[in-house]
Amino acid sequence: MAVKTLTIDGKPVSAEENETILQAATDAGIKIPTLCHLDGLSEVGACRLCITEVSGSNKLLPACVTKVAEGMEVKTNSERLQKYRLMILELLFAERNHVCAVCVANNHCDLQNLAAEHGMTHVRFAYQYPNVPVDASHDWFVMDHNRCILCTRCVRVCDEIEGAHTWDVMGRGTNSRVITDLNQPWGESETCTSCSKCVQVCPTGALSSKGKSVAEMEKRRDFLPYLVQQREGRP
Amino acid sequence: MLLEELKGIAEKEKAGRKQICVRCCMSAGCMSSQSAEIKQVLEKAVADRQLGDRVEVRRVGCMGLCGQGPLVSIEPEGLLYERVTPENAATIVETLAGGTTSAQRGDLTQPFFARQVAVVSRNGGRIDPERIEDYIEAGGYGALHHVLHELQPADVVVAITQSGLRGRGGGGYPTGLKWATVAKSKGERKYVICNGDEGDPGAFMDRSVLESDPHSVIEGMAIAGYAVGANMGYLYVRAEYPLAISRLQIAIRQARQRGLLGDALFESTFNFNVEIRIGAGAFVCGEETALMASIEGRRGQPRPRPPFPAESGLWGFPTLINNVETFANIVPIIIRGAEWYAGLGTEKSKGTKVFALTGKIKNNGLIEVPMGITIREIVEDLGGGAPDGAKIKAVQTGGPSGGCIPAHLFDTPVDYDSLMKVGSIMGSGGMVVMDDTTNMVDVARFYMQFCMEESCGKCIPCRAGTVQMYQLLNKILERQATIKDLEQLEELCDLVRNTSLCGLGQTAPNPVTSTLRYFRNEYLALLQPETGGYGVDAKQPADAKVAL
Repeated sequence: MAVKTLTIDGKPVSAEENETILQAATDAGIKIPTLCHLDGLSEVGACRLCITEVSGSNKLLPACVTKVAEGMEVKTNSERLQKYRLMILELLFAERNHVCAVCVANNHCDLQNLAAEHGMTHVRFAYQYPNVPVDASHDWFVMDHNRCILCTRCVRVCDEIEGAHTWDVMGRGTNSRVITDLNQPWGESETCTSCSKCVQVCPTGALSSKGKSVAEMEKRRDFLPYLVQQREGRP
Repeated sequence: MLLEELKGIAEKEKAGRKQICVRCCMSAGCMSSQSAEIKQVLEKAVADRQLGDRVEVRRVGCMGLCGQGPLVSIEPEGLLYERVTPENAATIVETLAGGTTSAQRGDLTQPFFARQVAVVSRNGGRIDPERIEDYIEAGGYGALHHVLHELQPADVVVAITQSGLRGRGGGGYPTGLKWATVAKSKGERKYVICNGDEGDPGAFMDRSVLESDPHSVIEGMAIAGYAVGANMGYLYVRAEYPLAISRLQIAIRQARQRGLLGDALFESTFNFNVEIRIGAGAFVCGEETALMASIEGRRGQPRPRPPFPAESGLWGFPTLINNVETFANIVPIIIRGAEWYAGLGTEKSKGTKVFALTGKIKNNGLIEVPMGITIREIVEDLGGGAPDGAKIKAVQTGGPSGGCIPAHLFDTPVDYDSLMKVGSIMGSGGMVVMDDTTNMVDVARFYMQFCMEESCGKCIPCRAGTVQMYQLLNKILERQATIKDLEQLEELCDLVRNTSLCGLGQTAPNPVTSTLRYFRNEYLALLQPETGGYGVDAKQPADAKVAL
């Protein structure tokens, strides 16, 4: 396989031909913020946090789906990108009811961490306070739509890794919701295998295990690259 | 099917024609004002008067002047009747026997008709869209025969490239280049898709083409299939177009019966089939990757490009995807030649463009004009200006992805690049005319609401950003906003344009940015005065006050 050399934030980096900017940057120790991306799942390029500036392109390109090219010059952290990322995070916080202080995932939340990293002190956009339900019908898990950011990690892990495809998305625009089966209560789902992969990959407190109180829901994601590696290794 | 058979059908049709043809528009617009009943009345009147041996009544597609419908025309006399009713329709037939009619006479020589150049709409208002024989008589499927027997696939691509045709869905991507890319892409199978998911508010060009001349789109798709090496085509039509769908179904059935779709077309080795896929009401499915996801039976959501459909499209195979109007341009290019087509229009925008002229304008309807015509000519000459002598303020082109062009820029020529320069886009062909009673902030809010409701919800800037922008526009219109809100609105425009995943989000701010560019005063006038609104800024011209 051919190797490409490129520069990311002024640093010369080599990468394999089919790698994405995100993979090349991670290998080189350059951190690009991500939210919908998770190692081991397919890329959807939806959260737009990993946007980068690539010389020669007037568009901002998401690092998770953009392939490296020879001589590419990538900027991952310009002032403009930082500004956009902060706005995207603020939009997310304003969209649903994210209250860290009472959240099971407090201190273990990807969204919260990103907000802290980007110096988000307050939200400038109008809070939407949507009236969305909590589904606690499953014996072991809870889905709280108030904390969902529609990253679709649960949808992808259920479809791609577990193979059950219990989760999907319904509705459109800001009315989109993740649903189980055909929008039945999770506890009544006929396809759910209760494997808990969705709960573990969820970046926020939207999916959690029952019995966890504030700040107790730590997610365990190390199984994912392991599973993928085991499957790809099989003949 | 052989060429002789095709010619035989055409000759038989010609021989069966009667001296006088009464054409009755049976497109969706006229049909919604009873043109189906009018046709029955006309037929009955012909029978009652015993004129059957020299007069025929024909169902035809769109004649263009939809605002004056239902339309009936008489050929070869060249007479047009407007706003025909089932009550006065019979008297139109009486005139053929020396009688008089109370039906309103139209003028086929007025600029609305005279200034048009019919390429895409060449058969509109002439042929019966539900009879393949009519299309064949008009020369239909001759181009397909010519291509299959006289040209190599690469020659077809060259012809389309030389014609200078650009995508009519709005993007303006060179069609020849797209065809060449798909032709060169390697794939076990390839597909051709016709995008008929027209959804811009006020736009109905593609619907009219599909309703009036479905075979020209099918033939264009077959030619494309031959050029790029595809044997299967999908026509993706929105469910809101039931008449277009039913006429396409009829057309496909007739073409299959005649052997013009299927295996070994014109006894060549080329097979081509077409199927219809009906949309489920999502505007975003007009975006090509979402459209393909929808055909595959998945949720209609866009995905990042690359890979482009030409490389990896439907089910991962190379796919050519063009708009209805683009395909309708193919047959004329093949028959009359790339040079003829390249002679129409401007240097960088060749050919003609169909526009749906709506809003505060005298002649509402469908027009096809050469590229390079100015907006003023369209609005004032073809459109006849505003009704009741009102003052036209702006024209909106390109739907929710486009922008408003103010009256002082009406001398802008209509071509892809010039429209882009003034902050709008060619778009698919919607042209909404606004007069001075229109509040431009309200216009921006209308389009933003549309984008907000049609956002698929996949990427955050479009999903959440359009909601915030809509609410800010509401706040401004309710006179509750401050200059800070306007700044935030502009910041959001910048964010959503630059960070959204697909074209819907990337262009969603355009109606706001273009109205802010030309009608900023209307925004300022609505702001709270103490925060820098119009009330305290005496430098603003007096005419900036808005009538609410």
